[in-house]
Parts: sequence; structure tokens; C-alpha cells
Amino acid sequence: MKEFTPAPDSASIVSVTDRVKPVTLGMGVTSAHFLGPRAAFVGAEENVAFVDAKGEISTVAVHSGGILSVASDGKRLIMGGDDGKVVALDAKGEVTLLATDPKRRWIDAVALHPDGAFAWSAGKVATVKSGKNEGKSLEVPSTVGGLAFAPKGLRLAIAHYNGATLWFPNMEGSAEFLPWAGSHLGVTFSPDNKFLVTTMHESALHGWRLADNRHMRMTGYPGRVRSMSWSAGGKGLATSGADTVIIWPFASKDGPMGKEPAMLAPLQARVSVVACHPKNDIFAAGYSDGTVLMVRLEDGAEILVRRNGTPPVAALAWNAKGTLLAFADENGDGGLLEL
Amino acid sequence: MSEATSQKIPVTVLTGYLGAGKTTLLNRILSENHGKKYAVIVNEFGEIGIDNDLIIGADEEVFEMNNGCICCTVRGDLVRIMDGLMKRKGKFDAIIVETTGLADPAPVAQTFFVDEDVQKNARLDAVVTVADAKWLSDRLKDAPEAKNQIAFADVIVLNKTDLVTKGELAEVEARIRAINPYAKLHRTERCSVALADVLDRGAFDLDRILDIEPDFLNADDHGHDHDHHGHDHHHDHGHGLKHYHDEDMQSLSLKTDKPLDPNVFMPWLQNLVQVEGGKILRSKGILAFHDDDDRYVFQGVHMMLEGNHQRKWKDGEPRQSRLVFIGRELPEELIRTGFESCIVS
Repeated sequence: MKEFTPAPDSASIVSVTDRVKPVTLGMGVTSAHFLGPRAAFVGAEENVAFVDAKGEISTVAVHSGGILSVASDGKRLIMGGDDGKVVALDAKGEVTLLATDPKRRWIDAVALHPDGAFAWSAGKVATVKSGKNEGKSLEVPSTVGGLAFAPKGLRLAIAHYNGATLWFPNMEGSAEFLPWAGSHLGVTFSPDNKFLVTTMHESALHGWRLADNRHMRMTGYPGRVRSMSWSAGGKGLATSGADTVIIWPFASKDGPMGKEPAMLAPLQARVSVVACHPKNDIFAAGYSDGTVLMVRLEDGAEILVRRNGTPPVAALAWNAKGTLLAFADENGDGGLLEL
Repeated sequence: MSEATSQKIPVTVLTGYLGAGKTTLLNRILSENHGKKYAVIVNEFGEIGIDNDLIIGADEEVFEMNNGCICCTVRGDLVRIMDGLMKRKGKFDAIIVETTGLADPAPVAQTFFVDEDVQKNARLDAVVTVADAKWLSDRLKDAPEAKNQIAFADVIVLNKTDLVTKGELAEVEARIRAINPYAKLHRTERCSVALADVLDRGAFDLDRILDIEPDFLNADDHGHDHDHHGHDHHHDHGHGLKHYHDEDMQSLSLKTDKPLDPNVFMPWLQNLVQVEGGKILRSKGILAFHDDDDRYVFQGVHMMLEGNHQRKWKDGEPRQSRLVFIGRELPEELIRTGFESCIVS
């Protein structure tokens, strides 16, 4: 079998494709988020498109160029652009300029803290701004690949070449370097604050157990991992990069050390994006051939949300309650599914 | 890289030692009325004053790939910038990467070989090196970076020719040819070279690996004929110019009219670049295999190789295999004997 072509009457897969409300955005899309009741599709450049439950689209201009980085807390989006600006977009569609790089350098990465603090990076410098305080900056040895706030306390993880740096912006001299050779591009804390995981330039993840900085190597991917999502409660980390969704176990104190990951939802296409359901042990996965599946973690049971035959799926998001799923491919063709 | 080449965005790498005239060439490319838009990746902001193009500042950040291959270095900043630029696809026609004067072109080129995402969207078009006619001879003695840039080049713009005598020019050209006889060489004042001579060269396109013969100095200058059969080495062309043998950087060309055994040749080549890849900067070849009606072409940068069957040998076309290596302290005897052993006896 060269392609995944589910037969309509196949008993092996349940399809909900007919319940999807199609959305045609007419722009390149790189990610999706929910702000209040509306889905917000972030364009490759300039705009964010809100889509409400009826499928009505309203577009908001946020940058005057490419949108390079996005973070969301469900209430607002923080974005960095190649125009050197950091902007926020709230659920009402209001845009606020948060910062401008004095040299108009690219804003490569952004992060958003649950209490409202935010961070961005341009080149080697990461800056954190919390409340009304002045921004605090830290220069790391090489260009910042990714940023993430720890779930507790004001602590920022900065991914860069040859490792990651952990930093408490309000504590002088608190930067702690976690070395691991190679280029680290993305970074995430486990929801229980015990582990830090980075995506690497090569096809691998790297992790550290923060209690003792023990290394966790997560390798075997055929392609680079671009999407990571923690399952409800942080028991597993679902990842893209292979032709199945790879889920690393994080429920025990040792995390995935010495354990095999679960491999679910195999197709003849590369997984391009994953999004775990916020409450239940379900995840959605988008593939390079345009397929979107919903998958049960427990037994790998699959439900077809979208058929193959389009550009790669680029955006996938659940609303906070887990009752709506939004998705779009690279060209901005997508849909909303109400469960 | 030959697959779907036309849809991929061409990338020109612009190198040259400090002060040779890279920025002059860049400004020239951008200001000419060509109706094209370029995304330009520079290491110094502010030196280019052209609107309408995307100018991106870069820090040359080279890192080693964790694949056990010591010379497999890539430009991390380029990976990131290419990723960002792809969000603006359709807003530009081509990309120019300007390196610093002290840069080694290899990590830039290798970025386009090893990075999956970069390869999907862009193709390396050519390495263009701007050289200073007045100072290059000196730099070749004291600056290994300058020598690397000449050795790596597909196109050499020999600039500031108005500042040297005819004799000095001949000397510097001979020194260039001692290192790299294969690059196209253009003599210029203030980098006044036709854009078609530096852009869209397809130097890394497997389908266009045709220029494997040495590029002779402009024929109008010394009008010798280009028939050099029987000469194995670039020292022997006999065109009346001084010949230099560069102490540490050379090129080596091999050829045979007898068919090669692919089952011997392929492992030999793989092994050669694995073991000696640190020394081999560039390699190219057109191969005639035993019992194979298709031409096989390959090219490489250090340890990285790519190759493919290109097309059928034409009727009457001599089925000749030709290989070229440019590198530092090349183990000539080892390569020659190894190559001989691949010939079907």
C-alpha cells in the first residue's frame, strides 16, 4: 500500500469527515490556537484569522512581515515577527505592541507564562518582561532556538547550541547551563516541572531530569521533530517526526529512561503536527499528506477527521474544554470539528 | 538536488577575502534592473543600501552535526533563517548568502546537503568568490581562508584588475589555476561582471555537471586550442603561462575510456570520502559503468556525496569516465591506484 486510502465503508476506521465544518483561509498557515470561543489560525505572514463556531472568518493584521514565533495561554497570543516586533493579540482581536527590537532583528522565539509574563529572543539575547517591571535580558553563547517558561515560578528555559540554559530572571547570576552537544531548537517543561525536553536539529529529542540533570536521549526519528504536545496530566509527550506518533512515557520519576515509547497511528506519511486533548487520553495528529486523525492513547483506536491528498497539516488545536478541534494545512485549507 | 530543481529557490553563496569587493558585487547585483527580488543574508547590516529586497542579518554560527563525521559542519543560523524565509515564499526569487571574509564556504554548502527542510525548499546554485587581483597572491601565502575560498569556488570574480600590471594579473591567475582550474574566472574592475555569469549557474545541479573540463583563461588572450587529450594534469596545458604548484591545495583529475565496475567503484568512492573527506573540498564525476547505458554523475563536498543516473549515453558519445577532486594535500597516488582498481579488466 503506497498511500493511506481508507475505504468509506471500512469497518476498521470510523470517519467523522462529514461532521467537519470546512474552513478556507486563503493564506499560508503555521499554527492554530483557541482564544475564548474562536479558533485563531496564525498565518505565515502578517495576519491571524479568527474563525467562530459558525465558520465565519475575520482577519487581523499583526505583523508587517513573516510571523516567526507564537505562544498562547488560551487568553491571548504572543507573536514575534521578522519585522522585529513582539505583539499580543487577545480574544477580542485587539493587537498590542509589546516590544520592538532596536536593530529590527528577527524575533525568533517567544514564550508566555501562566501569570502573564512573556519572553522573546532576538539573536543570542532572551528577554523576559513580567508585570510592570523593566525587561530583563540574558545573553546565551549562541542564537536562541526556543524558549519555554517553567510551569512553576518565573523560570525560563532557553534552547541554543550545545545545550539549554535555565534562568530565573529575578535572581542575579542564576543561569544554569545544561550541556548536550548539538543544536537545540525547541524546548518544553513537563507539566509536573520535573523534566526539560528539547527538539534538536538532528532527528532526536534530548531531555534532562531536573532533579539531577540526568540525560535522556530520545532518538530513532526519521525526520526532525517539529511538534510536541503533553498528554492530559503530563503522562506522555506526543511527538511528530516519524510515520507514527511517538509518545514518550513521563508518568514515572525516571521519565522515559530505559523505556520504549508508544507508537500509534501509523500511516504511509510523516506526522507533521500533534495536539493532545486537554482532558482525555486522546490526541489529534496531522500528517504530511494532509490526513488528520483522532487517536485514543490507550489502544490506538483511530477516527478519521480529514482525508489525505492535500499539503501537509500545519496547524492543530483543541479548545480548553476539549469540545472543538481546529486544523489547517500549509495552504490554509482546514476545518473545525465539534465533538 | 536535481529532483524538482526548478521549483526550488536558488541560493548563491558569495565569498571573498576581506576587502576583495563582495559588497560591491552584492550592490551591483541588487541595483541592476533585472526585475527580480532577492533575499540577502549578510553578516554586516548597513553596507547595502537597496530597498525592495529582504536583507537579513546573520551571525555565522557553525556547528558540528552529531553524526560522527568530523568535517560535517553546518551553518545553524542559515537553517533558522531559511525556515523563517520560507514563510515569505513568493516574495523573492532567489537568495544570496554573503559570508564574512574569513569564512570557510564548506559549512554553508553542507547546510544545503544535510538539512532536510532546507533541501526541500532551496538549492545551492553556486559558490562565487570575489578575489582581489592586487592582494590575492599574498593572501594565498598567509591566509588559509583565502585559499579555501578559491578552491571551493564555482565562479571566481577576479576584481580590481585595473590596479595591477598585465604581468601581475597573469601571475595571480596562474596561482588561482594552480588551486582550482575548474572554476569560471572573470576579470573585473569594480566587480562589473554580467549577472548571468554569477547567478543561476546550476553549479551543484547534477544535470549540469558538464563543465568538468578545466576552464581555460579567456581564449582571446592566448588563443591556444582547447584540445588537451593526453594531458592528465593541469600543469601540462602548455598555454605559455607560468605554472605554479600550490604547496598544499591541489586539484586532481582522473579519466579512463574503459568502463568502471560499479560494485568496486561505489564502495571505493564512499570509503575515500569517509577517510580522506577532511582533505577533499569538492569532488565531481561523470561515470561510465560496465553494462550500463546511463551516465552516472556525482558531486561531493567533503564527506557528503550525492549522485544519480543522469541520462543515456548518446550514440557516438565516448563513454569516458572523468573525476575531479580539489583538496588539501590530496593523497594523489592512493587516489590514482584506487581509481585504477575500479576499471573492469
